Amino acid sequence: MTAKPRLTPAPPPGELIDSPRFPVAARRELGNTAQRRNLRLATHTIRDKRANAVGEMENWEQLREAGGAIKNRVLRHLPEYLEQLEESLTRNGATVHWARDAAEANRIVIALVQETGSQEVVKVKSMATQEIDLNEALEESGIAAWETDLAELIVQLGHDRPSHILVPAIHRNRSEVREIFLEEMGRYGTPAPPGLDDNPTNLANAARGHLREKFLRAKVAISGANFAVADTGSLVVVESEGNGRMCLTLPETLISVVGIEKVLPSFDDLEVFMQLLPRSSTAERMNPYTSVWSGASEGDGPQNVHVVLVDNGRTNALADPHGRQALRCIRCSACMNICPVFEKVGGHAYGSVYPGPIGAILNPQIRGTDSAVDRSLPFASSLCGACTEVCPVQIPIAELLVHMRGKVVDAKKAESKGVHMPHAEPAMMKAGGWVMGDHRRLEAAQLAAKAGGGVLGRFTDHIGPLPWPLSKWTNTRDVPNPPTKTFRDWWNVNRADQVEK
Amino acid sequence: MTETSRERPGEGLTVALFATCISDTMFPKTPQATVEVLERMGCRVVFPREQTCCGQIFTNTGYFDDAIPSVRTYVKAFGDYDYIVGPSGSCVGSVREQHPMLAERSKDAGLQRAATAVASRTLDVSEFIVDVLGVTDVGAYFPHRVTYHPTCHSMRVTKVGDRPYQLLKAVRGLELLELPEATQCCGFGGTFSLKNPDVSVSMAADKARNAASTGAEYLVAGDNACLMNIGGMLSRQKSAMTPIHLVEILAHTEGKRR
Ligand code: SF4
Repeated sequence: MTAKPRLTPAPPPGELIDSPRFPVAARRELGNTAQRRNLRLATHTIRDKRANAVGEMENWEQLREAGGAIKNRVLRHLPEYLEQLEESLTRNGATVHWARDAAEANRIVIALVQETGSQEVVKVKSMATQEIDLNEALEESGIAAWETDLAELIVQLGHDRPSHILVPAIHRNRSEVREIFLEEMGRYGTPAPPGLDDNPTNLANAARGHLREKFLRAKVAISGANFAVADTGSLVVVESEGNGRMCLTLPETLISVVGIEKVLPSFDDLEVFMQLLPRSSTAERMNPYTSVWSGASEGDGPQNVHVVLVDNGRTNALADPHGRQALRCIRCSACMNICPVFEKVGGHAYGSVYPGPIGAILNPQIRGTDSAVDRSLPFASSLCGACTEVCPVQIPIAELLVHMRGKVVDAKKAESKGVHMPHAEPAMMKAGGWVMGDHRRLEAAQLAAKAGGGVLGRFTDHIGPLPWPLSKWTNTRDVPNPPTKTFRDWWNVNRADQVEK
Repeated sequence: MTETSRERPGEGLTVALFATCISDTMFPKTPQATVEVLERMGCRVVFPREQTCCGQIFTNTGYFDDAIPSVRTYVKAFGDYDYIVGPSGSCVGSVREQHPMLAERSKDAGLQRAATAVASRTLDVSEFIVDVLGVTDVGAYFPHRVTYHPTCHSMRVTKVGDRPYQLLKAVRGLELLELPEATQCCGFGGTFSLKNPDVSVSMAADKARNAASTGAEYLVAGDNACLMNIGGMLSRQKSAMTPIHLVEILAHTEGKRR
């Protein structure tokens, strides 16, 4: 097969689902010192800003509670709200399509674009289209998809993948951005001004110049939606740059790809979410551009309006009454900004367009636990709980990480049924569980540890290198010797007279 | 004299000590110090010897069924006591927040009832002193510069809030230095430190660097597992800073050191 010439910059080869296990990918990312510096600076800055933006709100906790409650109601009655949404959208002149999975969604979108005869589309930043890898599907069908969000543009031109849901180029600094613009813009449209420096304003102006002709030329736009309002049949896009507004108003045809969990019962609910989302994501009191459209309106904006409602694994998550709380997510990114693990490795280590804590609980639910990366994601956390604290819709992320660990372990156990070589970990856990089931067994184990400590203690004050898997600890950190007397021993000597109860 | 320095506010109270398996085995000074402080406050302290572990090493690794024996043992050991006190925000948090879920999974209704009840009577030592005894000054003396690391589980699961700070501020002679980026995780996370060693070490290095930057002599926390992690990093970096559990500082009194 000879490769067709590409219309848009090629992303890195390979499918995300085939990514290595998190620990392996994390080690790779940790080796990128420049990226680590970029990530640290960016996450710490946005963290502090968010804390201030949220700190101003006296009723923040009530808002979070309301946000969580509304989303819970949606998840409990999802079929009803979706039908209502379809009805309202149709009444407003939009056409509603249903897609079970990524392939079906891509097929629908491609057919809709082909109907218009257009060979290119402009795109509003959208997680749903990232998730279904729409751009590549379009490319294969001879349609060029142009990202218009500044950071998405940087990622696209950089032949890269987003590493964050809100700040896709968080892993890049401005001098890298300058190089990408100078190198790539000219190949795909208006080139960057020759003497471009790395001043942020100048970089933004270069992007404006590059995108302008695409906006003015485009016949078709593709968006996602932050919210889909069932009672009024309205879609809402929340953004900062105005590129979304351009895409949503200029072209003839507008196709919106929306996850089924994005539905809100009523327009009034936006009151809650429009307070929660901007403060949690960009740490602003209000974002610069909020576009709301309800189908097509004659003589104003796109006349050919389509909405593709996508499942793509969401109903799998919905089937787990505990795990489905992850579907409350409004993609604000606060959990990844606060996450000490994300801060170290960035989004690429998670092998999904949804990185960070939410990715760690969402991917194994919507994609399942068959792939190596999805199995490793629930363990990609120290369970520090910082994410749970900031989530604007009160998703108990840390608790769900543990819940998903249980599911991964159960899946592995089910697979190894009847297999005669048990893995080391289940055997260790089983033995440990047995020891802790009776204090006499624990005391016997302590005796062994003390004997070890007694011998070692004569040579050094900490344990030398330990065998695998504990070597992973002692390679970099010292471990104190176990003392020669446990607390139990002390109690027996010093409080022997103390009777229980 | 202020109200908080009432001499023996624990008079008449019986407290069951939950030593935690890690402190029982590796850091016996911590439960010893807990006994000393509580007895000094007038409490009668008992140590139900059937106790073993909170089971979170199993729970948090996803082996829920292997954690259930720990829940049964815990209920058996502590079922009869009104106050169960442990020197660990993490182990106490696991008992309070995870035991009910595990008991539910066991499908044993009796265990479920008992585990939920016992969990609700389990307190971190800082909670017991400040909330139940109603004091912050326990008569401790510790003439050193210290900095306090609020461990993630004490802060976000057990939610001890500023109680440890209140207790430290009342210690005579103690100078409390502010820890930069205090609320950031130290990277321990139980089996996280083994499953994701590279990230874990990088996080521990940040914490150790922040701790060292304070110039404190001691790094204080309410969880020995975290102290072991940060301490292991400090020791490897040849730092002079010593990790110490909060309750060991509270046990230290003027002129009388065990
Ligand atoms: S899980 Fe919560 S904090 Fe994370 S992106 Fe979703 S809404 Fe935001």
